[in-house]
Amino acid sequence: MGEGRGWGWSVIRAYTVLVYLFMFLPVAVVVLLSFNASQFGAFPMTGFSFRWFQALWENDAIVRAFRTSIALGLMTALVSTTLGVLAALALVRYNVPGRDMITTLLIAPILVPEVVLAVALLLFLNFLNINKSFGLLLMGHVIFTLPFVILVVQARLVSIRKDVEEAAQSLGATPRQTFFAVTLPLLMPAVAAGALFAFTISFDDITGTLFWKPGGVETVPTQIFSMLRNSISPEINALGTVMIVMTVGLPVIGAGIARLLARRRGA
Amino acid sequence: MSAVTLTDIVKRFGNFTAVHRMSLEIPQGSFVTLLGPSGCGKTTTLRMIAGLLDPTEGDIAIGGNRMNNLPIHRRNLGIVFQNYALFPHKTVADNVAFGLKYRNVPKDEARRRVAEALELVQLPNLGSRYPKELSGGQQQRVALARAIVIEPDVLLLDEPLSALDANLREDMRVELKNIQQRIGVTTVFVTHDQTEALAMSDLIIVMSDGRVEQLGAPEEVYNTPATEFVARFLGASNIIEGTCTGIEGGELSLDVPDFPKLRVPRARAPHVTGAGPVKLVIRAEKLTVAPRAAAATDGFALDATVETVDYQGQSARYFLRAGRHQLQAINMIDDHLFAAGEEVSVRFRVKDCAALPHEGQ
Repeated sequence: MGEGRGWGWSVIRAYTVLVYLFMFLPVAVVVLLSFNASQFGAFPMTGFSFRWFQALWENDAIVRAFRTSIALGLMTALVSTTLGVLAALALVRYNVPGRDMITTLLIAPILVPEVVLAVALLLFLNFLNINKSFGLLLMGHVIFTLPFVILVVQARLVSIRKDVEEAAQSLGATPRQTFFAVTLPLLMPAVAAGALFAFTISFDDITGTLFWKPGGVETVPTQIFSMLRNSISPEINALGTVMIVMTVGLPVIGAGIARLLARRRGA
Repeated sequence: MSAVTLTDIVKRFGNFTAVHRMSLEIPQGSFVTLLGPSGCGKTTTLRMIAGLLDPTEGDIAIGGNRMNNLPIHRRNLGIVFQNYALFPHKTVADNVAFGLKYRNVPKDEARRRVAEALELVQLPNLGSRYPKELSGGQQQRVALARAIVIEPDVLLLDEPLSALDANLREDMRVELKNIQQRIGVTTVFVTHDQTEALAMSDLIIVMSDGRVEQLGAPEEVYNTPATEFVARFLGASNIIEGTCTGIEGGELSLDVPDFPKLRVPRARAPHVTGAGPVKLVIRAEKLTVAPRAAAATDGFALDATVETVDYQGQSARYFLRAGRHQLQAINMIDDHLFAAGEEVSVRFRVKDCAALPHEGQ
């Protein structure tokens, strides 16, 4: 029986390795090829070079798209986190009528296919005779990053005991002072996580962005998309590498900092 | 003037009435305990005094000022919660200093007062620690320091000892009472533990189902319970149905089946108004179990059989059968531990008997 189990386990192990290879090999290839010195984005590699990163830096369209993406991501994070914290507070701490329905509505954008959401918002604004704009793009990103922020903040808020807030008020702090002196600091890890979520989701979104972006505005994903239509330049590999570093590196760094802070506070 | 006055307080949650028309005056500087089982309305009452709940009807006054619409942060109360409710992201010193910050106390004075408060709860030198690094007992001391450093008009304690383990609880009980007496702050204490209530209070308010069952000094509540609920809730009591045949010469004549005729002093039955069905109350500690052979000295004796023995080290609880009555006796063990099945004599003195009017009469 022990033998049979050993055999079974090695199959599972091998299968797991294959799944991971399937998922990450393409990513590894992109990263590897971005350092290729050759003209063509293909194997064999002819040497190690930063020339494609150099080319990225000198490509005005890409630099502009990068700036747009970062600005959009930061604004999405700011708006989404603010609204998300307020919504979570209302839903957890106050007796809002129709609480369950509001929660479902706020979380719904995760469940609805993004294309549907994108078209719906576009048609709705068309109906109201509002033109596409950067503001609209931002609004779209806020709509589908908000559920993530609310879920993360809500989970944390439930774990903050209400008597801590009551203690603060009994000691003379107004409800608002209590929020800033007690609730918000205790909520900070969730707020930071929510903001990071919002930023990274906004930063690499393409479906909604394609529908909502006004003419002449490109984000990094839409820029890559339009570049792919002309040719497969190794520049795209370099851009892909930068995207990976941003969307994977930021949350990892964020989590690390949060853990460090938590340890120092003993909280 | 009383420190806290409740006038005809009612609290309803939907159809459920948590507190029925309660009026109460808490004297300045006293230690008052709201005692009762969970769900009796004691915590609801405390939270109304605190301003964490609004009464449905009635008035609450602190120091003679009506408090009804004053939010909690303007009431100047110190509250100690069951689970400490310390701020986990602040050091002990910052926790204690929290209330001073909102009272615009100058920094130097605040630092001095925080140090004094930590000294008072015997936790000097721990100011720079975080709550998580302290034991449960230490955290509760910090919570107490935080509540008294603001010199509150009233100190409210919501089951502050129930999260601690048994030995620590007894130590903290004595210490809490000492600190309260030293600073002289009016204190309202909520507990379901009768030992804590008896040990610490100047005044005990026994509550059940949102009503006050009895209000009195600890000895009064213990010795002359006003209702069967109070008699059962404070310690182990034998409650036996009987009849009062008359009151004369400051004594009640009681007729209890299988018991000798008893004449109970009027003072031990203040709530009985005349002849009729009554309940005889004898505390389990006041019944003495003795060998059957030994001659009775003073008082009364009943023949009984030991049914069950609950051995507790220095004392034992005996469950006895005497005729049609099931009795319990808690006795110190001198030299002999009676065994189940043993034929014994149960003795009591008439001055340890109390009588209650029959409920619903």
